[in-house]
Amino acid sequence: MAIVKTERHEDLPPPVSQTGVIGWMRENLFSSPLNALLTVVSIYVIWGALSSIISYAFINANFVGETREDCTGTGACWVFIKARFGQIMYGFYPVEERWRVDVGYILAAIGLFLVLSDFVKNKKWPAIYTFVVVPIVCYFLFYGGSFGLEVVETSQWGGLFLTLVLASVSIFVALPLGIVLALGRRSTMPIVRMLCVGFIEFVRGVPLITVLFMASVMLPLFLPEGMNFDKLIRALVGMSLFSAAYMAEVVRGGLQAIPKGQTEAASSLGLGYWKAMGLIVLPQALKISIPSIVNTFIGLFKDTTLVLIIGLLDLLSIVKAGTTDKEWVGMATEGYVFVAAVFWVFCFSMSRYSIWLENKLHTGHKR
Amino acid sequence: MTAEAADLEVAKINKFRDPRIRAIFYQILVIVLIVGFVAYVGHNTAVNLEKRGIASGFNFLSQPAGFGIGIVLLMDFDSQTSTHLDVLLIGIINTLAVSISGIFLATIIGFIFGVLRLSKNWVVNKIAAVYIEVIRNIPLLVQLMFWYFAVLSVLPLVGDSMSIGNNFFVNNRGVNFPAMIPSTGFWLIPVALLVAIVASVLVRNWAHKRQDLTGQIFPVFWVCLGLIIVLPVIASLIMGNPFTMSYPEFGRFSITGGWSLEPEFLALLLGLSIYTGAFIAEIVRSGINAVSHGQTEAAHSLGIRPGLTTRLVILPQALRVIVPPLTSQYLNLTKNSSLATAIGYADITALFAGTSLNQTGQAIECIMITMLFYLSISLLISMFMNWYNKRIALVER
Repeated sequence: MAIVKTERHEDLPPPVSQTGVIGWMRENLFSSPLNALLTVVSIYVIWGALSSIISYAFINANFVGETREDCTGTGACWVFIKARFGQIMYGFYPVEERWRVDVGYILAAIGLFLVLSDFVKNKKWPAIYTFVVVPIVCYFLFYGGSFGLEVVETSQWGGLFLTLVLASVSIFVALPLGIVLALGRRSTMPIVRMLCVGFIEFVRGVPLITVLFMASVMLPLFLPEGMNFDKLIRALVGMSLFSAAYMAEVVRGGLQAIPKGQTEAASSLGLGYWKAMGLIVLPQALKISIPSIVNTFIGLFKDTTLVLIIGLLDLLSIVKAGTTDKEWVGMATEGYVFVAAVFWVFCFSMSRYSIWLENKLHTGHKR
Repeated sequence: MTAEAADLEVAKINKFRDPRIRAIFYQILVIVLIVGFVAYVGHNTAVNLEKRGIASGFNFLSQPAGFGIGIVLLMDFDSQTSTHLDVLLIGIINTLAVSISGIFLATIIGFIFGVLRLSKNWVVNKIAAVYIEVIRNIPLLVQLMFWYFAVLSVLPLVGDSMSIGNNFFVNNRGVNFPAMIPSTGFWLIPVALLVAIVASVLVRNWAHKRQDLTGQIFPVFWVCLGLIIVLPVIASLIMGNPFTMSYPEFGRFSITGGWSLEPEFLALLLGLSIYTGAFIAEIVRSGINAVSHGQTEAAHSLGIRPGLTTRLVILPQALRVIVPPLTSQYLNLTKNSSLATAIGYADITALFAGTSLNQTGQAIECIMITMLFYLSISLLISMFMNWYNKRIALVER
């Protein structure tokens, strides 16, 4: 009698310990005694941290009220943020004029959405709208002085509004300047190259604060008598020059990645330097350096907080001023946690966007 | 138009179309523009300085400063007699103190979290990821403010200090801990330490040579550790413990004795090292990831144990990728230490480009000296980086 099975046996399911939740846990949490110990300790630590954060920020926190007296809980007192929300968002921008800022936000948001997202394929008109029309309209909206709008001096600008203005104007100036510097650094003219290298390395070697100090203290000395910038413009000059140097290095990285054959092909077609750069090399170089440009912008956005030191009322410094208010003693934690959360949301979404973009633009070697 | 005229026309155009001639023309133009700009700015500055009655030159460095400084290390400072030059030196020492300790701490934090980020343990991995993503996306200045105003300022008053053991106090004036005060004969201990370090290097070289010749492995690490601990202890015993311990004690208003760390220093140190640590963790992670997995497999197939594989095969190759961005993080940390101004730590920017500038009004000199200091540090660090890169560069056929 032969024990030979003639039919195929039905497949057994994999062992329970290898698949599903249990398998996953065995592999990822308890693969060795040391790992099991680590898991238990970390879960304990997470539990402790999370429960105290939640009870501080939500369960024992105060949300309703108007004044310091309403802060009765043992946790955070978000009443402080609520009471000063207008100031935190707009600084001392007159309350009845704040719609102008909101309109500017909406215009810019529409433009950015059209340029950055995937919905519109032809980016020419959205780009013109976002980078030419919106800045001009926003200038007249925010500053006023024409079209029947009241003038709002820049000393009244503040809060998140000022932070966004600082970041966007600086990047707007820094990007073209950075491209010029990067081209200069790769130029064959020794004097131009030396000047660009000197500028870039000098700025990258010193902290932003000293550049801001220089802009706020030394710039007035450099200007002829009677001519003077206000504080905001001085800060903008400092920040733009500073980020231009960093931008130049990013663009240079992109330029170096473009094979020399591209330039040579352009020359052999009879294109001059500017046409070859503008039509052939730069579009490719900028495309591959977009993720790094976004990362530089994140750095720049975080660095805008430094204007606190030269006395501008950006998001951080207006909250700081609020925490030193006698009527709101002991609100430092709430204030700084709120500022940190706002910055985190902005920077984190930008960094996710940069990763998404990197994957989208990575068309070279992926199949 | 005759052919001759056309030729002339071409020759005329060609002269300016020649790239070399055009390059020279443009460069001369740039020089003229720059020189003109500098002359214009210089003239304006001279006029402005004269009008405001501000002196120029570096004479102010030898004038008495006339203000007090919170944190003074390694130097004596007297608000009446000390000069602005002393202020500059104290600023430099304070900047270096916080930068060096910050670099030390940030490296430790960064390597720990970078390795944890690579852990196969899901929970540990995610903890490291959350740390990195949260800290990297919040401005350093906000974090410094948080540490200084929200954490260290709400610690208990000196009277009700939190104490750990009997000699370690934490309060809103900082941290106090016991100090070791050297007395006569202390010199032998550092000498012994130095001897131990030299001996360790020698032992290491000898062990290497012996392993190359005979294949026998010598426990270098434990022997060196023993040398470094035992020799100074023996030296101390020989000289009869040549130091006294000074313990912090409660006085009427403050804690006296021992050493203390000011809250400004602590906040800056914590903020800088936690912030930079997050960046270093990412660098470490990508550096280790950059070593191909085949290297690990090859090492295992040669019979090298996992621990030794990491130490002898993975790390040396990962370091080649890690070190260049790591040094630039060190540089960033040093430059970021200038944020000390915001929380009142007396670094070079706060003291010299802040207080001294306001006292003397000599903005150009003060800011230029401060910038020169940071520039020379960045030059030094990049020189080190180039040297190191050359040393560890991949030697190919």
